[in-house]
Amino acid sequence: MWNQIEGAPREELERLQLTRLQDTVRRVYHLVPFYKNKFDEMGVGPDDVRSLDDLKRLPLTTKQDLRDHYPFGLFTVPLDQIVRIHSSSGTTGKPTVVGYTRHDMDVWIEVMARTMSMVGTGPKDVVHNAYGYGLFTGGLGFHYGAEHVGAAVVPSSGGFTKRQLLLMKDFGATILCSTPSFALHMAEVAKEDGYDLREDFRVRAGFFGAEPASEGLRQALRDAWGLTYIEAYGLSEIIGPGVAAGCPYGHLHVFEDHFIPEIIDSATGQVLPDGAEGELVFTTVTKQALPIIRYRTKDITVLHREPCKCGRTLTIMESVKGRADDMLIVNGVNVFPSQVEHVLTKIEGVTPNYVIVLDKKGVLDKLEVWVEVDDRTFADGIGALEQLKERLQQEMLNDLYINVRIKLVEPKTLERSMGKARRIIDKREAEGLQK
Amino acid sequence: MKKKYGIKQLSIFLENRKGRLLEVTKALTDAAINIRALALAESAEFGILRLVVNNPEKAKSVLSSAGFTLREQEVFAVDVPDEPGSFYRVVRVLSDEDINIDYTYAFVGGSSKAVLIFKVPSEMLQAALTALEKAGIKLVEPMFFYD
Repeated sequence: MWNQIEGAPREELERLQLTRLQDTVRRVYHLVPFYKNKFDEMGVGPDDVRSLDDLKRLPLTTKQDLRDHYPFGLFTVPLDQIVRIHSSSGTTGKPTVVGYTRHDMDVWIEVMARTMSMVGTGPKDVVHNAYGYGLFTGGLGFHYGAEHVGAAVVPSSGGFTKRQLLLMKDFGATILCSTPSFALHMAEVAKEDGYDLREDFRVRAGFFGAEPASEGLRQALRDAWGLTYIEAYGLSEIIGPGVAAGCPYGHLHVFEDHFIPEIIDSATGQVLPDGAEGELVFTTVTKQALPIIRYRTKDITVLHREPCKCGRTLTIMESVKGRADDMLIVNGVNVFPSQVEHVLTKIEGVTPNYVIVLDKKGVLDKLEVWVEVDDRTFADGIGALEQLKERLQQEMLNDLYINVRIKLVEPKTLERSMGKARRIIDKREAEGLQK
Repeated sequence: MKKKYGIKQLSIFLENRKGRLLEVTKALTDAAINIRALALAESAEFGILRLVVNNPEKAKSVLSSAGFTLREQEVFAVDVPDEPGSFYRVVRVLSDEDINIDYTYAFVGGSSKAVLIFKVPSEMLQAALTALEKAGIKLVEPMFFYD
């Protein structure tokens, strides 16, 4: 393991967590009016956290809170101390913004180094990083972590499957970082192109995250590439990838000396005991720029606090089982139906009567939005309708960062075929693993 | 003059879906509506069916209540000899006046006559009619199509 703290006795770990939590609580109380107001409302003072158990007395924070303080309202440091800003697409047009100080970058690099070390990644490795580089935290998160453990990083980013395969083969990639569906897509393309994945490639492990993956998909990747499957979990609001990572025994360990996990009942907000399924909540205890208290991830899972065969004492979280909201994950990108609606509404002349259809094209996700054309929006010309379609597709790409296919449909067909309230049809079952 | 020669055409939005054309024509048949002229434009995913019928008001209400997306357009028609050069002469008049033709379709109206239907941008409709009339081209009155 990268850092001895990962296998430290629980008491030592919890002592560290408590000190850090107390510091973080004082920090946000005194530096961020939003937190001060919330703490005051709930009658909790900055010095009231005397044990880890007191965490549950603190207010919960939501994505909406981040959005309400767009862009830098929840930062505890002035911009001159920020060295990095990432952002994800927002649910109503406004993105969610996260910032990092030099110290935060060190924390991020540390947890990513721990992640990479799950399979002993080091100077002898060539890490092919197919996560998207850019505003999305996936690409740069893995990049810095892999570099930090001394591996040679190939920052290939997403897309261009055939070129990626060529580079992986010629550079002798030993580690692959990508979404699981893209790794399967690469495997299929490689097979079509006549490659023998086990003979021609040297990939020994893969770090897979950003989207859910069934056991079937995991096994398909192990079989196709002959690799060890390592799960990576994270979200930009907490730090990016590196919040938790899978060990070779398949257990997802939360790096809880930096991010304290809890499980709550989504409806009541009450904390649930270990072993109970509920919404995952994180409190960052070492971050400076954007510390966050009890952030509701909306991810549904279960926590277990028991030592692992790998030697780690860190809390184990099960793979995410679902969402407490209507967020969709499309090829690793988070999409909210409200974002789609926002685009439709702002384009003049389109009534927001629509259905989102998710399907697989091969192994990759395909998102279609079926938009009703009514008497008001119907222009009597093929060209005008095609233009409307193009414009919607372009706006979706701008706002959602993904390619959406727009299909213009007659009114009432949507209601007729699926009931008006149903806005989402997800046909992606079993991640398209028919052999 | 515009009022006199303006003809109501119904444009119907159709998804490229099996049976859709059948449903439109069935609805019109059930309402005893006679189609006097038609044209169908299509793209990969959808089409626009354009109809001139004997009773546009009734057709409109029948199709609307059957859930079709439609729009009423004002078009005009000219009556020309069914012989080489007739279409050319009409198009040339419009072209000389810099009038864009959005679309046009035609049918043979009897043994020696052809009827051409034109859709031009509405702000150019008056100019089109005036120019055609001046050029001695015979405009068709709506009565020809309606009951």
